[in-house]
Amino acid sequence: MVLVLAIGDLHIPHRASDLPQKFKSMLVPGKIQHIICTGNLSIKEVHDYLKSLCPDLHVTRGEYDEDSRYPETKTLTIGQFKLGICHGHQVIPWGDLDSLAMLQRQLDVDILVTGHTHQFKAYKHEGGVVINPGSATGAYSSFTFDVNPSFVLMDIDGLRVVVYVYELIDGEVKVDKIDFKKTATTRLAH
Amino acid sequence: MMVDGVEDEEKWLAAGIAGLQQNAFYMHRALDSNNLRDALKYSAQMLSELRTSKLSPQKYYQLYMRAFDELRKLEMFFKEETRRGCSIIDLYELVQHAGNILPRLYLLCTVGSVYIKSKEAPAKDVLKDLVEMCRGIQHPVRGLFLRSYLSQISRDKLPDIGSEYEGCYTACESFILLADPELRLAVGLSGLQGPAREKDKREKERSELRDLVGKNLHVLSQIEGVDLDMYKETVLPRVLEQVVNCKDEIAQCYLMDCIIQVFPDEYHLQTLEILLGAFPQLQPSVDIKTVLSRLMERLSNYAASSTEVLPEFLQVEAFSKLNNAIGKVIEAQADMPILGAVTLYSSLLTFTLHVHPDRLDYADQVLGACVKKLSGEGKLEDNRATKQIVALLSAPLDKYNDIVTVLKLSNYPSVMEYVDSETNKVMAMVIIQSIMKNNTQISTADKVGALFELIKGLIRDLDGAAHDQVDEDDFKEEQNSVARLIQMLQNDDTEEMFKIICTVRKHILTGGPKRLPFTVPPLVFSSLKLVRQLQGPEENPFGEEGSTTPKKVFQLLNQTIETLYGVPAPELALRLYLQCAEAANDSDLEPVAYEFFTQAYILYEEEISDSRAQVTAIHLIIGTLQRMHVFGVENRDTLTHKATGYSAKLLKKPDQCRAVYACSHLFWVDDQDNMKDGERVLLCLKRALRIANAAQQMSNATRGSTGSVTLFVEILNKYLYFFEKGNTQINAAAIQSLIELITAEMQSESNSPDPAADAFFASTLRYIQFQKQKGGAVGEKYEPIKV
Repeated sequence: MVLVLAIGDLHIPHRASDLPQKFKSMLVPGKIQHIICTGNLSIKEVHDYLKSLCPDLHVTRGEYDEDSRYPETKTLTIGQFKLGICHGHQVIPWGDLDSLAMLQRQLDVDILVTGHTHQFKAYKHEGGVVINPGSATGAYSSFTFDVNPSFVLMDIDGLRVVVYVYELIDGEVKVDKIDFKKTATTRLAH
Repeated sequence: MMVDGVEDEEKWLAAGIAGLQQNAFYMHRALDSNNLRDALKYSAQMLSELRTSKLSPQKYYQLYMRAFDELRKLEMFFKEETRRGCSIIDLYELVQHAGNILPRLYLLCTVGSVYIKSKEAPAKDVLKDLVEMCRGIQHPVRGLFLRSYLSQISRDKLPDIGSEYEGCYTACESFILLADPELRLAVGLSGLQGPAREKDKREKERSELRDLVGKNLHVLSQIEGVDLDMYKETVLPRVLEQVVNCKDEIAQCYLMDCIIQVFPDEYHLQTLEILLGAFPQLQPSVDIKTVLSRLMERLSNYAASSTEVLPEFLQVEAFSKLNNAIGKVIEAQADMPILGAVTLYSSLLTFTLHVHPDRLDYADQVLGACVKKLSGEGKLEDNRATKQIVALLSAPLDKYNDIVTVLKLSNYPSVMEYVDSETNKVMAMVIIQSIMKNNTQISTADKVGALFELIKGLIRDLDGAAHDQVDEDDFKEEQNSVARLIQMLQNDDTEEMFKIICTVRKHILTGGPKRLPFTVPPLVFSSLKLVRQLQGPEENPFGEEGSTTPKKVFQLLNQTIETLYGVPAPELALRLYLQCAEAANDSDLEPVAYEFFTQAYILYEEEISDSRAQVTAIHLIIGTLQRMHVFGVENRDTLTHKATGYSAKLLKKPDQCRAVYACSHLFWVDDQDNMKDGERVLLCLKRALRIANAAQQMSNATRGSTGSVTLFVEILNKYLYFFEKGNTQINAAAIQSLIELITAEMQSESNSPDPAADAFFASTLRYIQFQKQKGGAVGEKYEPIKV
């Protein structure tokens, strides 16, 4: 059982002052094995904070990130799964699932984690799964008027990944989960 | 009194103890065999050890304690004797036979205490006699201990207040008499002259004696008979009289402190005037501020301990008394360093906050007095003084946890005026932390303005500040804190929110180019949130002439983002312009959106020259433009044409290729049928293909191999995308030929293998296969494509 936190688009301090307190008390160091961050933190303090939760931190570059050295895309293997990360402002049209599927094929990954739209999505297509953890601070987004703070926790266990999404709606944390199974060959099945 | 050496003292002490123990042994034996005469003889001998002058008070005390323990046993024996019929008078007679005065007096005191307990004579008469007699011992140390003995053993023998008030009163009086000599002792010692090398010894002895005096005061405080009235009428005035008269600054300071620590807080409250009245009479060099601060601290804690005692404070007008006292002290000691004055005010403020939390006017008074004192000083240099000021200013913040309440203290900003810019920044950070921690709502423009005035050390360079010494990381942290603060300013009333935004803008524009990149973005996003609010269903169609509209906010935004030119921060400005364009799009304001795009394009053309930055910028432009629906045909065409032009002119061919095929999406918007121009999509894709080809040729020419086919696979994917969306210009044949092209390229000799590209191509083919197998309309569509 490997826990992977997928989080991004915090936009601190341009669009938000801090993570919601309820999220902060849930995210404690030592419980998570990997962190995948889609980008737009945007300052070093946020990077350091995430690093304190888990030393294995992977960040891709968002267009507002202070540190321009983050890569445009990143791939890593966790257990039986290949994961890919990209902020998403590079994939046009923004938020378009078919275009994201193309990126997924290009990176040749089972799970693509991407952001930019600040809308949580977990979408399965023939090539794999696309996950958007949304904005962890509920930051302003030109995409939608209604942004609830959210992040995703993936539980990778053998050929199965359970995706938990945590959303802060009206002051309460709501959890939802989605199951994905990978067949022993290569492709992901629902 | 003067001892020659510590080792000698140890020897003498040891000898004294030995002698004492030996006689005690014999005394015990006599007591066991009921031999009164022998017991008295040996006890007298034992007590003779206390006649020594060779020991310092500390060492003497050790000897004394041993004797004390032994005398308790003797006392018990005396009690037994009286029960067996021996009269006290007889006992009194007997102990007088002791040869030397000191042992005799110790024994008398011991008998006396039994006498008092027996109630054969009124306690006060017995005590009076004993006290008179004890006065006979002139020697400071020996006398002190003797009197201490008397007070210790008779303390618990006093009848309680209910039954014999007379006795109590006088007993107390006698204890004053007891206390006096000890205080005079301090005087006596301070007056002593002597060789310089013995000065340290004297200091040491002084301090030891002070401890003893303190202990005696403590005893005094423990007497049940000393109630509030007695304390008020007799004890305190007399003790204070002595303190003032002794004119020794160290003793005074210590004794005042003792009084404060030893007696209960209720007493202090009720005698506040008397107590405070003594302060101006003390020696000028006494550290009054520490003593006063401690007094206020005690009273603050007392107030905090339970709310029931609070009315008492009001009743005695504690605040005004303390305030006046401090004022008098500061006036009297005109050359008191500023640190002292600020410490006093700091303690008084803490006191006020604890005792009268709802009386902001009291707290304000204290701050006002502090300002007055500070005004005579100019900017502070003393580090400790500035630390005290930070403590002073933090106190109301900690108490109320709400900067809004603190801002009601009219003198608060004035105090801030007197600190140097470093301290202002420190304090500003403290304030911001408090706001963030407590989630304080600062909801009107006035409060926001006052707040930003207060934290101006962060907002702009204050006069005389040393700009070059600022540490870069600290500076970033400070400015990020200001940015976070801006996020916290919120009001649902759109009119007020607009005022708030204007106020913040006014302040941050004084920050200069170094600060704007930090402070402008949060303001921009705050404004964009306001625009959204203005678009809501509550929008008032009958809005007045001057009321806030999205247009007004956009005007403000335009002027605000412009300021970034001076930094310069073109990339940031471009992003913000594009955000505004999207917001204008949502508000259906075509000219405004167009204007924002124009600004963004100008920045791109003139200011962004770094190739990597250009790639990101052009993608942002394309991505934003793709989502615009507010533009009419002409405007859209102009902007699109420019975008494709920029894309083709990027430096590196792969970047060009990707930007150009991204532009294809500008001609196809899914949810608007009139926005689907299949031809121009295909034109873009073909152009991208040409660029990819050219890239291959270039690579072949310069490196000898044709490089990766990735670009072709990407373009293939785009073909598939539009094919599926129903672009009639793209047919299966076109896709087929592209597939064959790629396959050929990959197999060609001049091609360097690229596993990533191979995998990409493979997964693309798999995708096509999958689509074919889907069946239905999709399957049909894909049918002609052979993989």
